[in-house]
Amino acid sequence: MSDPKSEDFRAMKARRGRNILLAAALFAFVVIVFIVTLAKMGANGAAPL
Amino acid sequence: MSEQAVISIIPAKAARWQDYVRLLKPRVMSLVVFTALTGLVCARVPMNPVLAVVAILCIAVGAGGSAALNMAHDADIDALMRRTRTRPVPSGRVQAADARALGITLSLFSVALMGLATNTLAAGLLAFTIFFYAIVYTVWLKRRTPQNIVIGGLAGALPPLIGWASASGTAPLGAWLLVAIIFLWTPPHFWALSLYTQGDYAKARIPMMPVVKGPASTRRQILAYSLFLAPLGVAPAFMGLGGLLYLAVAAVGGAGFVALAARLAASRAGDAMADGREDVSESLYDVAAAAKPARDLFAFSILYLFSLFATLLVERMLAVAPLTAAWVPHA
Repeated sequence: MSDPKSEDFRAMKARRGRNILLAAALFAFVVIVFIVTLAKMGANGAAPL
Repeated sequence: MSEQAVISIIPAKAARWQDYVRLLKPRVMSLVVFTALTGLVCARVPMNPVLAVVAILCIAVGAGGSAALNMAHDADIDALMRRTRTRPVPSGRVQAADARALGITLSLFSVALMGLATNTLAAGLLAFTIFFYAIVYTVWLKRRTPQNIVIGGLAGALPPLIGWASASGTAPLGAWLLVAIIFLWTPPHFWALSLYTQGDYAKARIPMMPVVKGPASTRRQILAYSLFLAPLGVAPAFMGLGGLLYLAVAAVGGAGFVALAARLAASRAGDAMADGREDVSESLYDVAAAAKPARDLFAFSILYLFSLFATLLVERMLAVAPLTAAWVPHA
């Protein structure tokens, strides 16, 4: 079992935090692009032909 | 075991996610967001609120990307200055290459998303602003000329124009007026700060104005810029942007700015440090008595710019009519 005070443990914890942040950022980007697409499609649909 | 082998197994300082957030200079980012939002709202063009939020987000992320590129490039001089030595790269928590990769990635994503969500003009202006800050200011100007923050200040001044362009797809005179206000505000703001941090700049060999031309010349130039800034700050009230409240805030704020700049010009702020005596304060606000006129102007300059843009924003949100119709050339 890892010693909570060891450098390895701290490094692993920090890496995990970074990975979660990266995953959240990528997921947020996908969601934003999806929402922007819907908003643009809505705007175009509402425009007169 | 050889010394090299021992060094190689010592783990590098582990970067936490907070270090990557700090690379984006969140405090600068908040000012960028605020001025960009004011520009977007002042455009008076109906905009899908989702796209407006995304546009502001793109400007914030673009500013963060350029800040990360700045920190990656300036790690060597940041390590020499008290104000910047705890930043993630000079303190060894983040590698410069990682900061650079983050900066490039965020810059590309923000520009692409801005183009997708709004228009080409806004995306182009955002790309230009990132380039201007990360390359023109950071790489070309900062270590070469005492005019570094004068010319480089354009990058910090452009966000209202990007916000305006994202809403309207245009870049009219009113938007450029907001840019001009921030552009003229930047030199007195930074030079007031550098008057009492010049020891650090000299140590890092950054040619800030007090280091190159001396404190007396810097104090005079601060006053000169303030005399141009105060009337320009009032101008939005006469160009269809601001109402009566804006006129009052800009007039009183401008008078206060000039008064503090005149007090600074008459003082000897910065002279002690130029003589080789160091200000050992770690804080931007807790300074030696002689430096107080510089500290006061630095603090007031932040309040002044915030007040101008906040008043424009509030007036527009409350649908307060501007004092004059929008100024149109040849009308």
